[in-house]
Amino acid sequence: MSEIVIKVENISKLYRLGIISHNTLYQDIQSKWARIRGAEDPNTQIDQLNSGLKNNECECFWALKNISFDVRKGEILGIIGRNGAGKSTLLKILSRVTAPTEGKIKIKGRIASLLEVGTGFHPELTGRENVFLNGAILGMTKQEINEKFDDIVAFAEVEKFIDTPVKRYSSGMYVRLAFAVAAHLEPEILIVDEVLAVGDARFQKKCIGKMGEVAGEGRTVLFVSHNMNAVKNLCGKVILLEAGNLVYEGDTHKGIAQYVNEDRIETTTLDEEYLNSIMTGLILERNPTIRFQQITISDMNGNERATFRSDEEIKITMRYRCYTKVTNLRLLITVLDSEGNRIMNTLNYDDESELVSMPREPGTYETICRFQKNIFGEGHIFFTFGLINGDLEHVTIQKGFHIKISFYPYSSCNEKLFEFVNIRPLMSWRTKNSLREIV
Amino acid sequence: MKEETEWTMEIHSRSGWFNIDLAELWRYRDLIVLFVRREFVAVYKQTILGPAWFLLPPLFTAIVFAIIFGSIARIPTDGQPPVLFYLAGIIAWTYFSNCMTATSNTFIANSGIFGKVYFPRLVIPVSIVIVNIFSFLIQFGLFLIIYLYYLISGAPISPNIWLCLVPFLLIQMAALGLGMGILVSSLTTRYRDLTFALGCGIQLWMYATPIVYPLSQVPHQWIWLISLNPMTAVVESFRFAFLGSGMIQSWQIVLSLIITAFILFLGILFFSKVERSFMDTV
Repeated sequence: MSEIVIKVENISKLYRLGIISHNTLYQDIQSKWARIRGAEDPNTQIDQLNSGLKNNECECFWALKNISFDVRKGEILGIIGRNGAGKSTLLKILSRVTAPTEGKIKIKGRIASLLEVGTGFHPELTGRENVFLNGAILGMTKQEINEKFDDIVAFAEVEKFIDTPVKRYSSGMYVRLAFAVAAHLEPEILIVDEVLAVGDARFQKKCIGKMGEVAGEGRTVLFVSHNMNAVKNLCGKVILLEAGNLVYEGDTHKGIAQYVNEDRIETTTLDEEYLNSIMTGLILERNPTIRFQQITISDMNGNERATFRSDEEIKITMRYRCYTKVTNLRLLITVLDSEGNRIMNTLNYDDESELVSMPREPGTYETICRFQKNIFGEGHIFFTFGLINGDLEHVTIQKGFHIKISFYPYSSCNEKLFEFVNIRPLMSWRTKNSLREIV
Repeated sequence: MKEETEWTMEIHSRSGWFNIDLAELWRYRDLIVLFVRREFVAVYKQTILGPAWFLLPPLFTAIVFAIIFGSIARIPTDGQPPVLFYLAGIIAWTYFSNCMTATSNTFIANSGIFGKVYFPRLVIPVSIVIVNIFSFLIQFGLFLIIYLYYLISGAPISPNIWLCLVPFLLIQMAALGLGMGILVSSLTTRYRDLTFALGCGIQLWMYATPIVYPLSQVPHQWIWLISLNPMTAVVESFRFAFLGSGMIQSWQIVLSLIITAFILFLGILFFSKVERSFMDTV
């Protein structure tokens, strides 16, 4: 077995919620003085006194609780978990942006992360100056940057503009240059946080490609993602975080299965806030053209639910807003199985009536997709949604609904011979007694 | 297993109070140079007058002081030409106060970059102090020109051996400005109201420093109090070196050095305490 390069020992991180201090220095000194004299703190809230709580015992939140794990050299470790499970906090501690409340981490080698792309770029400086500045911020020495400078510029394809201030760059050039610096960092340990890597789909693909390359050279990668396909393809091992606890460590497939079977089964409506917080893809932050507003799942009578019989139709209602005139709007629903494999796609363009209704003027729209009955088999399935405006903007909701299908009528056959699969459309079966014909 | 080989880095929950890794700061010297360059270029690009902007404020302030405090209030200047007397105080004070105000919002102004990547946080205030040396030198050039003009035209000024101390005075001002600045910046992560207090305090501090008046005019029973202000000795020595007038004593210089060292130490102490976890509170 290869040597351990990251050893995380009992890491915990406490955040205080709400108001952190009394806001003014005067009141803090007053409280401290009162404590020294043994008197009552004049700034304590009255309800806290009544409930017998001490000032420090409330409003605390453990973002991480007693996390321990090891990472070995050359390993690609996937870190998965829901929003708020503590993934980003863990990465922040690993990259030394913030300190843990308890515990210890030992690291062998230099850590760099692709979430730092473009950190410290200054618009007034030229491309050349920014490469040096950004490289130095990421921990490279001047000499190292000098050696790799030509490679970085060639990789970013900005040779002609390298002595132009970056404020004159197109946004594509800007991102390419920033990424090129990070890509040439050659750290022993690379951190990739997909959630924070805002950029177009191509850029994210490039990040992921770089990751495989890095691991191929025997270096170590930590990968945070909601995209289970990417995790499955890349990672040899995963850890699963749930509300700050490490609930699983080990085999990728088992970890993903545990993750996707978590309790989202109750959810039947995704509201705007949730959708905006988890959307990925090619996102225009400042001038959005399209955004989801609400997605609901229900039966044909409009009753929202998350368990269906296989002989029931499923209705998915997507409400979204077009901010500009959209000539080529596509809606995509992908169905995944409990291991995160894509098993089915459907696109609004498949139905001719949707083609006819283009282009869409600015405004709010509601599109309904009806899944016919008798498509799915027994088991859990997952929905992801895409809202696509030509090549301009792609909004992807990776974690949509999780529903349970029970097959009906239940076939009474030997379960040992029969393994459930998620697609089990109703076919027509007919039997003739051929023996009689022969006779 | 050979797991017990040396680790390159350890991240601990708690650390001692004085936890500044100066060797690490030295390793990041390239970054300091680049930050200095960034600040410098960012300020001058696309301004027509460029560095001239550093010349006008102290010059005008000196003229205004000469009119108000010299001609109207008739505060004596130890027999020196008033403009020269005020200008010497103003450029020294400007360097110190610029260092202090610029470093005092280190954490808040840089929370974006600090939130993404680790490098020794002290890199930022140190580079600010260095950048400000350039603007000091520009103003110092202006001072020298006016100084030479008075010297040639025979004003009663006598440059002396204390001129050798000027670089050290600059270092002391840098240390004091840095110390105060990082102290305030560490406290502002919790107490935002300090930013406002600083604006007012720096104004008052200037009047507690012999800039618009010479130290010789301070009543005898208050000398000890004004000597507690570390800037008193700095400004007075600076003036003495160029003009040859003033009444600075060695005990005042020693006291000022001790207080400077103490403030710098206190600043680093708080800074090292805050830098590890300020991202959670900002």
